[in-house]
Amino acid sequence: MKLRIARRKSVPASQAWCIRAGGLLAALFIGAVIILALGENPLSVYLEMINAAFGGRIGFNQTVRIAVPLLGAALAVGLAFKMRFWNIGAEGQILIGGIAATYFALFTDWPRPVLLIAMGLAAALAGGLWGLIPAFFRAKWNTNETLFTLMLNYVALGAVIYLQSVPAWRREGEMHPIIDMFPAAARLPQVFGIHIGWIMVLVLTVLVYLYLAKSKQGYQLSVVGESENTARYAGMHVKKIIMRTMLLSGAIAGLAGFWQVSGADFTLNETTAGGVGFTAIIVAWLARLNPLLMVPVAAFIAILERGSVRIQTVFSIPATIASVLIGIVLFAMLACEFFVQYRVIRSNPKEAA
Amino acid sequence: MDTFINFFNAAVLAGTPLLFGTLGEILTEKSGNLNLGVEGMMFMGAFSGLASVFLLEAGLAMHLAPGLAVPVAVAFSFLAGALGAFIYSVLVVTLRTQQNVTGLALTMFGIGAGNFLGEFVGRRSEVGFLTISARARQGFAQIQLPLLSDIPVLGPLLFSYNVLVYLGILIAIFLAVFLKFTRAGLNLRAVGENPAAADAASIPVAKYKYAATCIGGGICGIGGMYIIMVTTSGIWVHNAVQGFGWISVALVIFATWSPARAVVGSLLFGALTITRFYLPLGIPMQIYDTLPYIATIFVLIVTSIRPTKEHAAPAHLGLNYFREDR
Repeated sequence: MKLRIARRKSVPASQAWCIRAGGLLAALFIGAVIILALGENPLSVYLEMINAAFGGRIGFNQTVRIAVPLLGAALAVGLAFKMRFWNIGAEGQILIGGIAATYFALFTDWPRPVLLIAMGLAAALAGGLWGLIPAFFRAKWNTNETLFTLMLNYVALGAVIYLQSVPAWRREGEMHPIIDMFPAAARLPQVFGIHIGWIMVLVLTVLVYLYLAKSKQGYQLSVVGESENTARYAGMHVKKIIMRTMLLSGAIAGLAGFWQVSGADFTLNETTAGGVGFTAIIVAWLARLNPLLMVPVAAFIAILERGSVRIQTVFSIPATIASVLIGIVLFAMLACEFFVQYRVIRSNPKEAA
Repeated sequence: MDTFINFFNAAVLAGTPLLFGTLGEILTEKSGNLNLGVEGMMFMGAFSGLASVFLLEAGLAMHLAPGLAVPVAVAFSFLAGALGAFIYSVLVVTLRTQQNVTGLALTMFGIGAGNFLGEFVGRRSEVGFLTISARARQGFAQIQLPLLSDIPVLGPLLFSYNVLVYLGILIAIFLAVFLKFTRAGLNLRAVGENPAAADAASIPVAKYKYAATCIGGGICGIGGMYIIMVTTSGIWVHNAVQGFGWISVALVIFATWSPARAVVGSLLFGALTITRFYLPLGIPMQIYDTLPYIATIFVLIVTSIRPTKEHAAPAHLGLNYFREDR
C-alpha cells in the first residue's frame, strides 16, 4: 500500500471547519493526556480554566484585558502578512508606541481628552515609523524583512530598558530603576470596568476588515501578496504599497502599545509587550488573516492564558503550561490546514495494476 | 595581559552557547528551512540535558561520574532539540505549513515545555529544585590539558576551557568541511539553493531537509544545555535560556551562513555581552545589549545592498518546496 497526496479541487466550508474542529479536539485531547500524566483530572482542570476566564467579573475583565492588545497586534501583523510581508516585529512596534505615549504622559500637563488623543496619535505614528524602517529597506534593496523586523524588537526593548534608568523618566525613591506611574489624566477611561481599549480594538477590527475587503488600497496590498510581478504589470507602485502597508501595520501595533501603557499598566516597562507581538502572529495565522475571525481566536488564547494562571494556584500545575497547551493547539491547527487543502489517497499498487 | 586573558576567557564562555545555536541554525538554513524555533529547541535541550542526569542520579541513587554525566547530558539535550526540530520538519516539509509561523509555534512550545517541566520536576524532587550532584557538575568545569594548558599565555588563552567549548569548535570544523568538501554537503546546499534542480538530479530533497533540520535542532539543544550546566552551574533557573536563541538566529546572518565566521561571530557577540563588566565606556549598559542586534541589522542591510554569492542566504530560504507546483 502506498500513500499519495493530491490537492483538493474545492472544499466545502462546512467540511473545512469540521477538519479544524477535529484538530482542536485532538489538541485538547493531547493536552488532557499531559494533565493526566501530571496526576490531575483533565476535565476538572479544563473546567477550572473556563471558570477562571469567565466566572465572576474580575475573571472576565482579566481575560478581556489579555485579549485587547493581542487582537490589536494580530490586526497589525495580519495586514502585513496579507501582503506576504513577514512582520515579526509587532513586539518592538508595541514598545515604541508605548515609549511615545509615555513621553506625553510624563512630560505634559494637558487636559485629559487632549492628552489621551495626543498619546494615541504619537503611539500610532511612532509604531508606524518603526515599522517603516524595514519596509523601506525591503522595498529599496529587498532586505529580508523577517529577520530585520525580528532584530528591531530587541533594539526597541533595549530602548525601554535604557529609559528606565534615565533620571527624568525614572520613578523616584525606587531601588530598581522603573518608569514613573502615569498621572490620572493620562489613563484611559473605563467602560464596564475595562479600559476603553476594548471598544477601540473592536472598532479597529471592523475598520481593518473593511479596508482589506472593500478599499482599493486593501485590494492592492493583497495583489502584491499574491505576486509582486502581477502588481507591477498592473501598474501598481509596489514599493509605495509595501511602505504604506507597513506604516499602517506598525501604527496599529503602536496603538496596542498605547492601550497597554495607558489602559492596563499605567506605566511602561520591559514586559509592556510581553510576547504579545509573537503570540499575535499565531492569532493572525490561525484566523487565516481574517480580521473578524481574529476576535474569537484572540479570545481563545486569552482564555488559555488566564485559565493557566488560575490552575497554578488550584492544582499546583505551573502556569507555564499555557505555552505548552497553546503550542500543541497551534501545531494541530497548522497540521489541519494541510488536510483542508490536500487529501491523502491510499493507493494499492496491485489494484492499480 | 591578565585582564585580557580573563576577558577573552569570559568571552569564549559567554559565546559558546551562541556558537551551538548558530551552527545548528546554519545547518538547518542550508536546507532552506528558516526555523525560528531555536529558542524553543534550546529550552527543550536545556531541560532534557539537566533532567537526564538528575533522573539518572535519582534512579541509580548515586552520584554520576563526570565522565558519564557529560555524554548523557549531550546525548539527551541533542535528542530533545532534534525532537523539536522533527515536529517542525513534519509540519513544514511534509505538511507544508508556513515556516515562520511554525517556527514561532515551536519557540512558544519549547519555552513552555522547558520552563514547565523544569519547574514541575524540580518541585517534586527532594531539594525542591532541579539540580545535579557536585560530582556530575565536575564534568562541566574547566579541564587541564596535559602540556597544552601549561604553555605560557597561549595555554590560558586557548586551552583552559570546559569540554563543551571544544565540542563546539569541533562541530564548527566538521560542519565547515562537510558543507564545502563532501558530496552530501554539496547536495544539501543544492537543496537549499534550488530544490527543483536538486530533485531533478534525484537528490532526495525531503530526506535532506529532515536530516539537516533535525541534526541542526539537536546542536541547538546542546547550546541550551550548556547554559544550564555551565552558566547557571547545573541548576534549573526559570527562563535562563531566554534570548540566546534569538541572538543565534541573528548570528547566522552576521556570520553569513559560514561555520568558520560563526566561531568568530559568537566570540564577538559573547564579548559584547560581557564588555560592560570590563570596559565601562560611559555609554549606558543597555546599549551594549542591543549591539549584537544593531550589528546584525547592519550586516543584513549591507549584504542586501551589495549581494555576493558567498555572503548570500540560501536562495530558497523560508520557502517550501512542492514538487507538483514546479
